[in-house]
Amino acid sequence: MHDATALPILPSGVSIAIAGSGGAGVMTAGTLLLAAAAKAGAYGLMVRTSGPQIRGGEAAALVRLAAHPVDSLDDAFDLLLALDWQNVQRFADEIPMRPTGLVVGDAAEGDAPAAYLATGARHAALPLKQIAKGIPKSWTNMVALGLAGACAGLPREALVAALADSWKRDADALAANTAAIDAGIAAAADLPRIARLPPLAPRTGRWVISGNEAAGLGAIRGGVRFVAAYPITPATELLEWMAPALAQVGGTLLQAEDELASINMIVGASFAGVPSLTATAGPGLALMTEGLGLAVGAEVPIVVVDVMRGGPSTGIPAKSEQSDLSYAVSGLHGDAPRLVLAPTSIVDCLATTQWAVYLAEALQAPAIVLSDQFMGQSRAIVDRPGDLGLVAERLTAAAGTSDYKRYRDTQSGVSPMALPGTPGLAYTADGLEKNEAGTPSSGARDHRAQLDKRERKLATFDYGERWADVEGDGPIAVITFGSSTSPVREALARARAGGVQARLVAMRLIAPARPEALERALEGVRHVLVVEQNHGAQFYRYLRGHFELPGRPESFHRPGPLPLKPAELAEAIVAAARRASPAAAPSVALA
Amino acid sequence: MTQTAIADAPRTCTPATFKSAVKPIWCPGCGDYSVLASVTRAFALLALAPEDVVVVSGIGCSSRIPAYTSCYGFHGVHGRALAAATGVKLARPELTVLCAGGDGDGYSIGGNHFLHACRRNVDLTYVVMDNHVYGMTKGQPSPTTEPDWDSKLAPGGTGVRAFHPLVIALASGANFVARAFSGDPNGTAQILAQAIRHPGFSFVEILSPCVTFRPDQRTWKDLVHPAPVAETDDPARAARRVMTDDGFNVGVLYAGSRTPYPLGPRTASTAVAALDDGFAA
Amino acid sequence: MTRAPKPVAPPAGGPARESAPAPATFAELMVTALWMELDAVERYRELADAMETHNNRAVAALFRKMTTIEERHARQIMQDMGWTTPPALPAGPLPWPGLESPESPSHDQVHYLMQPLDALKVALASEERAVRFFVALAHVATVPAVKRAARAMAEEEREHVALITAWMAKVPAADDHAPEDPDPPRYLD
Repeated sequence: MHDATALPILPSGVSIAIAGSGGAGVMTAGTLLLAAAAKAGAYGLMVRTSGPQIRGGEAAALVRLAAHPVDSLDDAFDLLLALDWQNVQRFADEIPMRPTGLVVGDAAEGDAPAAYLATGARHAALPLKQIAKGIPKSWTNMVALGLAGACAGLPREALVAALADSWKRDADALAANTAAIDAGIAAAADLPRIARLPPLAPRTGRWVISGNEAAGLGAIRGGVRFVAAYPITPATELLEWMAPALAQVGGTLLQAEDELASINMIVGASFAGVPSLTATAGPGLALMTEGLGLAVGAEVPIVVVDVMRGGPSTGIPAKSEQSDLSYAVSGLHGDAPRLVLAPTSIVDCLATTQWAVYLAEALQAPAIVLSDQFMGQSRAIVDRPGDLGLVAERLTAAAGTSDYKRYRDTQSGVSPMALPGTPGLAYTADGLEKNEAGTPSSGARDHRAQLDKRERKLATFDYGERWADVEGDGPIAVITFGSSTSPVREALARARAGGVQARLVAMRLIAPARPEALERALEGVRHVLVVEQNHGAQFYRYLRGHFELPGRPESFHRPGPLPLKPAELAEAIVAAARRASPAAAPSVALA
Repeated sequence: MTQTAIADAPRTCTPATFKSAVKPIWCPGCGDYSVLASVTRAFALLALAPEDVVVVSGIGCSSRIPAYTSCYGFHGVHGRALAAATGVKLARPELTVLCAGGDGDGYSIGGNHFLHACRRNVDLTYVVMDNHVYGMTKGQPSPTTEPDWDSKLAPGGTGVRAFHPLVIALASGANFVARAFSGDPNGTAQILAQAIRHPGFSFVEILSPCVTFRPDQRTWKDLVHPAPVAETDDPARAARRVMTDDGFNVGVLYAGSRTPYPLGPRTASTAVAALDDGFAA
Repeated sequence: MTRAPKPVAPPAGGPARESAPAPATFAELMVTALWMELDAVERYRELADAMETHNNRAVAALFRKMTTIEERHARQIMQDMGWTTPPALPAGPLPWPGLESPESPSHDQVHYLMQPLDALKVALASEERAVRFFVALAHVATVPAVKRAARAMAEEEREHVALITAWMAKVPAADDHAPEDPDPPRYLD
C-alpha cells in the first residue's frame, strides 16, 4: 500500500487554531487574523467550531493562510493557541497537530490535553492573561492575535490595521488593544518557529466573504427580488445578509411562519412574475417537498438554496455533510424533473447561485442549490469575482398573443408564461396534470405530452461549459461535487507531483443527468473514483444509476462532521491509480 | 385536590426525583431553568411516577427540556410536538403527557397544530416558554415579538401585530388556559399542577425571559401581576377578560368543562378471523 | 458529616403576597426559615451547574460553596428543632413577600461572564434580603416566642452577611470592563 505521506510536500500555507472559552473572544481573534492576512496580501480561510452552549462555552477559530487561494482546511495544524483549556479537548478531532506543530497555552490555565501533543507537536506556555492584564483596557484575545499573526509571518501593520478597521469602541481601548497586539508579537519572538507565510506584497481587488453571503449576492445579481424563508441553522446568515441587501435593490424578504409557507410563498411570488428564492437546510428542504413538486407541475421557476448539514433528521445542525444529494435529485413524488446545482467553493456560491436563478427562470422550473455548512459559514479571502452577466430572462407571453396556451408543447419544452396583469392571456396555473391550455386533464395523451415537455426542456437545454470543471488528464478521473472539490484538487496536485496523473471532474450541474456530457469529459479515462462526504455514497450511486462510467467505478465516501482531508484523498487516488493500471502509476518517489 | 391535600401528599416524591443528571446548556440567567424547576415541582406535587410521564418537545432552546427530566422524553422536529404528543396520548391514555416548547416552535411553524390541538381537546398539557424571540437560531422575531423590535431579518421591526396565544387557545377550544411567569417558580408550579390535573387540553403560557437575545426582558418581573379577577369556567367571561389582557396578567384565565376527546377504553368486539365473513362470495 | 437533608415535600402555597403574614407559632417560623435555606441550596446548585457548563469555573466553585454553606444552615435548623425530615410548609400563600424566597438569588442576576466578586455581591444581596425579612417579621409578630426567634434569625443572617463581606475582601477586584463577549452567539439547532 502506498504511503501517501511520502508524496512530495507542496506549499500549503500555515494553519492556526485559536481556542478558548466564552468571553475570550476567539472568534473575533480569528476574524481579525483573517482580515489582517487579507491586508497583507495573503489568501486564507476561517472556519468556526464551538461547544453546545448558545453563548460562552468553548470555541475555536480555525484559520488557514497561504500565498495562493485556499478553499478548504489542510491535513493538520501548525499552531494551536489556547487562551484556556476548558473543554477544548472537544476539538481534538478537528485540530490534528502536525508533528512539527506548536501548542501554546496560558501558563496559568493548566496543561494542554494529551490529545493535542500525541503526534509530537512542541509545547510552550505563556502568561497571556497576565500580559493583557498588564495593559489596562486590553483583551487577552488581542495578545493572541499578535502572537498568532507574528508566528504566521504577518506584518505588524496588517494586524494593527485590521483591528483599527473593526474597532467600534473608544480610542483609549483601541490604543490599549494595539499595545496588546504588540505584546503578542513580542511574545512570539521567543517561540519555536512554525511554517510561515513568505513575504507578500499587498494586493488589491479582493474580498472576504462567506459562502452564505456569496449565495445571497449571486441571487440578487441573478435577479431575485423576493425571498420568503424560515430561520434554520446553517442557512440563517444567508437570509440575514439578504434582508437589508434586497431592500436596498427594491426587493423584499419575509420571515415566514415555517418552510411550508416559505416555499408556497415563493411559488406564488414567482407565478406573479418576480424571481424568487428561499434558503434552508435538510429538515426545511424536506418540508418543502410538496411545494417543490408544485413548482415542477405548474412550471413556476424558483430557487431553493439548501445549506447542507449533518443528517438525517435534526442530525448535526452546526456541522457540514453532503448527504442531501439523493433527496435533491429524487425526493419528489411522481416523475418530477428539477435542476440541482452545487457550487464547488465559497466564492463559487456566488456564480452558481446566480446561474441557478438564470436557469430556473429560463426553464420555468425549480432549482435546488446544494451548498453546505462548511462553505456557507466559513469565510475566505478571494479574488474579486467578476460578474457572470447572467440575469433572469423569463420567456413571457406578450399581450396580443393569439391562441395563447400556457402549457403549449413547444419544441424546446419551454412555453411562454403570461404574467398576471397582461390582458387577454389569463390562465390558471395548476399542480394538476393539464392539457396545453392549462385545463386539468387526466387523459393519457396530455399526461404523456406534459411529462415529456417538462423533461425535454431540462434535458435539451444548452448548459455550456459551466456544468463541470474538467481539469487535467490521466487514466483515472476523480468525480466530485461541492465542498469536496477543494481538498480533492489539493490531493490531485500532490498525486501529480508524485507522478500520478489524474483528471478532475467537479460537477456543478447535478440534475438533470447528462450522460453524454460526462462521457465526453471522461474520454480516455479508464477508471473513476467518486469522492463525497456522506455515509451512503449517494453521488456514487446516482452516477452509477444515470451515467455510463468506465471500468469498475470506486467510491471514497465518509460522513461528516469532519471535513475530507487532502492526505487521505491523495492516498485513495494513488491507490485507485494503481488498481487502474499498475504499470501506468509509477512508484511514488519517497520523500 | 385542595391545598391542604397537596400539603399532605405522599412524602416520597420530590422535585429531585424528576431531574436527570444532564446539565442544561441554557445560558445562565435563562428563565427556562425556573420552568424546569416548576415542572419538576408540579410532578412532585401530583406524586407522579417519572416512568408514567412523557415530555414531548420540538426544536429550540426550550425544547431541550425532556433530556433534563428523568421522565420519558421525545425530542421531535420543529413545530410538531403537539402532533407527536397527541399520538402518545391516544396510544397510551393512562400516561401523563406534557408537551413543551418555545414561542417560535409553538406559534410559528407549530401554529396550525396549536389551533387543532386546542380544538381537539385531548387530555394533555402544553407549556410554551415564551420569550418573544427565536433563541436557538440567534435572535429572529417570533410571532409574539413586539412589532417594532429591530432584528437582522426584520430591520426596524416586523410591523406585524403580535400573536395572542391565550385568545387563540380559548377561541379554538382549549379546556384550560393560563399564563405563568418563570420568575415565580412556586406560583408556576401550582398552575402547572392544576393544568395537568384538569381534564382536556390545558395550555399554559409561561413568560420566560431570554437573557441573551432579549436582555430588555429583565423588566418583566416588574410588569407581571396577578390577574385582577378569579379564574372562570364561563368561556364568554373569559373571552371578555382576555381581550383586554396586557400580556402580563398571571393566573388561570379559564378552567372549563368542555368535553375532552374520547380516549377509550377500546376493547375488541370481534375476533380478527370474523372479519373474513364480510368477503364470502 | 451527615448528608444534606432532602426535601420531602415541595413548598405548597399559592401566589406570593405583598407582605408576609406573621407566623402564628415559633415552629411555623422555623419551618419558613428552613425552607428559605433549602430553596437557596437548590438555587445555588442550579447556578453552579450553569456556570460550570459555560466554563466559568471560578464562579461555579463559588456557587457550589454557597450550596454547601446553605446546606449547613439548613442542617443546623433541623438539628436545633429536632427534625429528621423537613416538615411541610403550611397550606396557603407563601410565607414571604414577592415571588421568590428572599434568600435565593434570582436567575436574572447572573451572567456567564460574571466574576467571583460579582457572584459574591449577588450572594450578599440575598443574605441582606433575608435579614430584612426577619427584621420585618420580628416587627409584625405578636407572639413573643415568634418575635424572639425572628430576631435571632435576623442575627443569624447578619452573621452570614458578615461572612460574605469578609469573603469579598479576599477575592480579586473585578476586571475593568463589564461582562462583554466580543464573539457573537452560535447556531445550534
